[in-house]
Amino acid sequence: MQQNDDHLYTFGLLDEDAKREIRRSLLKAVAIPGHQVPFASRDLPIARGWGTGGLQITLAIITPEDTLKVIDQGDDAGVNAVNLRRLITQTTGVATTVATSEASLIQTRHRIPEEPLRADQILVLQVPMVDPLRWVEPNLERATVMHGEADYGRMWVYMYESVVRAGDLRIASQYPVMVNGRYMMDTTPIPRWDVPRLDMAEALFLFGAGREKRIYAVPPHTSVVPLQFEDYPFRTEYQAGQRCVRCGAENTFLTSHFVAGPADGGQWVTSCSDTNFCDQRLGAGEVQP
Amino acid sequence: MGYVAVRGGTEAVLRAEELAACLRLLGGSSPLQLPQISDQLRHAVSRAMHEGALYAPLLAALAVKQAEGDSIEASFLLRAYRTTLTRVMATLPASGRAMACMRRISASFKDIPGGQLLGPAQDYQIRLLQPLLALEDDDALAQALMRYAALVAAGAPQAGAIGHFPKVAAYLRTEQLLVDPPLETEAEPFDLTRQALAFPCPRSARLQALAQADSSSLMTFAYSSVRGYGDAHPTLAELRYGYLPIQVAHPLTGEAVTIGEIEATECEMVSKAHSVSNSSAPPRFNLGYGFAFGQSEVKVMSMAILDSVMTQARLGSLSGASGPAANEEFVLLHCDGIEASGFTAHYKLPHYVTFEADLRVLDRAREHHEAQEP
Repeated sequence: MQQNDDHLYTFGLLDEDAKREIRRSLLKAVAIPGHQVPFASRDLPIARGWGTGGLQITLAIITPEDTLKVIDQGDDAGVNAVNLRRLITQTTGVATTVATSEASLIQTRHRIPEEPLRADQILVLQVPMVDPLRWVEPNLERATVMHGEADYGRMWVYMYESVVRAGDLRIASQYPVMVNGRYMMDTTPIPRWDVPRLDMAEALFLFGAGREKRIYAVPPHTSVVPLQFEDYPFRTEYQAGQRCVRCGAENTFLTSHFVAGPADGGQWVTSCSDTNFCDQRLGAGEVQP
Repeated sequence: MGYVAVRGGTEAVLRAEELAACLRLLGGSSPLQLPQISDQLRHAVSRAMHEGALYAPLLAALAVKQAEGDSIEASFLLRAYRTTLTRVMATLPASGRAMACMRRISASFKDIPGGQLLGPAQDYQIRLLQPLLALEDDDALAQALMRYAALVAAGAPQAGAIGHFPKVAAYLRTEQLLVDPPLETEAEPFDLTRQALAFPCPRSARLQALAQADSSSLMTFAYSSVRGYGDAHPTLAELRYGYLPIQVAHPLTGEAVTIGEIEATECEMVSKAHSVSNSSAPPRFNLGYGFAFGQSEVKVMSMAILDSVMTQARLGSLSGASGPAANEEFVLLHCDGIEASGFTAHYKLPHYVTFEADLRVLDRAREHHEAQEP
């Protein structure tokens, strides 16, 4: 990997024209919350589908003064997070942190940090599927017209059918939401748990889809309402009595994993997917044994 | 001036082959040795084997050399060799559980029984061209080998470095989270080399067709299904790569005898588009299976996605749009690289007769068109 001081690569890897184009698309995305803005999406030395959309946004807006945090599944040490952080720091030299509160710029895959974000923070989400209408209308030309006319009837029918067939709104992640009362938006594969935290938030949320070549945004203080029915309201994954086996938190998103025991034994446990949140609670002595 | 139709086919064919062979050697570089190909073009060799449907690493290296790196042509050479071999017997069913894994990952859970083993993988490599590789010589190679030997010597010998692991799918079954595809009880699996594919086909036929399919075609079909023309929602339960022992039943005693091991990649995908149409059973995740010779990860993942999608379509449990990838007949009849490339290329053959007939039809259509005009 070349350092940026040998002039082979610019600060932030991408050429200045590419960064400018992305920033223009970002401005448009912020101005029209939830609307998908096309952008050229340059090739990167990272495989498509591995975070190239988020990465392009991060590289386009990062400044030398930024403090960067990169997480995957809520975990700073996830292999993909480590890899993307390596590329960003090697091409920018910016400071990094694992502490959510210390970061000015956070790139994430599949999670929003548990700790509420502030107005001076930006969360960049990596997006695999841009369009919530994909499940009912895979043809982009027709889906674009549907968005233009706010014609979301077929999506409501899809939701209704999932209730009839499965007894629930059968969408686990990338739950569809209405943004600012106008555009239906894919929340990317964040769990339902994270969806309410997009609503009227302090921070700016930027969504980048590299392979699909789209950018969209949820600016601060914007209403984000999940699709739901009066008799089948939106519910998160929260289960009464849930608890992190490490820090004892009872109000976080948990993931299951196997803890090996002596000999061949072991057991399945659940713990906070946001590792920094969990570690901070442990460090601050908030553990409830 | 009279037009002389092209004849003299034999001479032309021989000279054309000579010319093609000449292009390979014209540069004057030293000839590729087969060990160079099997060591340094591992993935090309894997691909020739799984698409050629013959586990023969040395012959596959030869095929890659002879095909000058054309992957479909290399598979074709192996497939054409396979057909000359006597089919001796079917092996006993091989379970991926028996694999000595060099690599074993799951995207479903952070930690799994036995642990994640990243193993040999380039997934996280930053794709920058490495100019030093162009200058690699024997000295560089020897130095690298010494460095690796030192690493091995420094690390304590790890019993589990090439290890055996439980299956993630087994855990999902224990937890009643998984519905397996309907069990088929034929004594022997379907054999595409002995029977024509007819629909509906048994799952063993589907899996065999997918296992020897063109990797790129499978990837395209699977990608269409997860991108938008389908409702797949797959999660990687497990991907493992390593050495799998192969057993046959002893012809006299019937006892299982291990006859060797093969390098293979195996994959299980679970799909959240669970079985909901069967009202008697509670909803569960659906399972898709993928397998290929060598290290062929995108292929086995594509195969597992397609298997899962086709099973769902067969059971009628798809709730959304199912898309072309769920059309079993469409996928299985178009995914074989050797059939597809052969037929596509056959348009290079003379079609003088059929084209002449086409011209006559066009003539008549034109006459008809003129007659219609006022």
